[in-house]
Amino acid sequence: MSWFTKTFTSTIGRKVLVAVTGLFLCSFLVVHLVGNLQLFQESGDAFNIYSHFMATNPIIRTMEIVLVLGFGFHIYEALVLTRRNQSVRKVAYAYNRPQDNSNWSSRNMGLLGTVILVFLIVHLYNFFWRARFGEPNMIPIEGTEYDDLYSVVVQSFHLWWYVLIYVLGQIALGYHLYHGFQSAFQTLGLNHKKYTPAIQKFGALFSIVVPAGFAAMPLYFFIKDVVL
Amino acid sequence: MAGNNPNSKPMNLTLKVWRQKNTQAAGRLETYQVKDISPEMSFLEMLDVLNEDLLRSGQDPIAFDHDCREGICGMCSLYINGRAHGPERGTTTCQLHMRKFSDGDTITIEPWRAAPFPILKDLTVDRSALDRIQQAGGYISVNTGGVPDANEIPIPKTIADKAFDAATCIQCGACVAACKNGSAMLFTSAKVSQLAMLPQGQVERKTRVENMVAQMDKEGFGACTNIGSCAAECPVGISLENIAMLNREFISAKFTSENV
Repeated sequence: MSWFTKTFTSTIGRKVLVAVTGLFLCSFLVVHLVGNLQLFQESGDAFNIYSHFMATNPIIRTMEIVLVLGFGFHIYEALVLTRRNQSVRKVAYAYNRPQDNSNWSSRNMGLLGTVILVFLIVHLYNFFWRARFGEPNMIPIEGTEYDDLYSVVVQSFHLWWYVLIYVLGQIALGYHLYHGFQSAFQTLGLNHKKYTPAIQKFGALFSIVVPAGFAAMPLYFFIKDVVL
Repeated sequence: MAGNNPNSKPMNLTLKVWRQKNTQAAGRLETYQVKDISPEMSFLEMLDVLNEDLLRSGQDPIAFDHDCREGICGMCSLYINGRAHGPERGTTTCQLHMRKFSDGDTITIEPWRAAPFPILKDLTVDRSALDRIQQAGGYISVNTGGVPDANEIPIPKTIADKAFDAATCIQCGACVAACKNGSAMLFTSAKVSQLAMLPQGQVERKTRVENMVAQMDKEGFGACTNIGSCAAECPVGISLENIAMLNREFISAKFTSENV
């Protein structure tokens, strides 16, 4: 094995890969959230133009491949480490009180990640798949025909169970980020008494604001169009 | 005086103790009653009382590790009521006193559980995996000579303090026992950062961290997920900062050392 392979198949090397891809995925969440704020524009034109740009711009299309790789490595490396970690304690403690020395989200990153993955598959199937390979209705905006993805989104969010999947997915994401964000810095060796408290506070804020922002979208359309 | 102290009343306790004949045998929790336990006893003295009872009645006494009984050696282990070294923070089992429990309590006592720590008998486990990590690089081979005059080697006070804090690790294995992942990274990080911070440790700095992490992985310990239960249960308070330093040292060594 070359030194490079040895580095990234060691426990610390794999952890570093999970951390780096995790932080990259955090940056994706910000871009995705900010872009999707277009949904709150009443007419839907802004969202349709934005969707068209995201689906056709060569830079975005290239980043899409990087994003898939980011998800792939994050999930694969985390799975390898989780399987290794589970094999260490073959006989479980008959009586264990981990709640006395650690918080719940930090101990359940694998479970939270799995919930997020299930959500992601549902989410991609419904929006990404249909936007890229389906045939949504066309809508004219200033003389040009656009896919009417806005209506696809709005109609999906009229289904209560679909809204529920989204809200649950975002709760899992929130807990995942609450541990994951600050944990990534620790894994990369970035721990310093000047900055670590700020990183932990920012991570806590990030883990609330980002999932809340995403959850606001299905809730907004469900409450506006169905409840009221 | 003692009679007036409500805590000095002798206690009767139910113990559920992990009994296992040897490494290969299947183990199980056995229930024992202990009577008239003084609150002033240490936890290990309470086990001594039980073992005397067992010996008197011709039964096999419970095997458990202990040596100095003053919190220095790191020999005593025991997972007590779901916590490494019991419910009290910052102590070893020998420093845990029976006054922390109440009359009528049921106490569950298990060995450290991790595949790299095979159970030898009952509550004793083989912790030599930690020795092998230490042997892989936790030393310096430069000749340090006799005791130098004070302040002859320039080391900032804050660094000297941090190195000393890391050096207080007694290799008890509570970090591994408490960790959901059975990771030995708090232990390894304490050993690595202690020497990485001091001038005498510079010669082998990169090779040390590479070899110690390789040995840690080879022994089959889990990977750290920054849960923090290790530092919370550590009897000498080794900080998570050391794990960050280990990660930093490892990655920079891997990319810059001469070892291909």
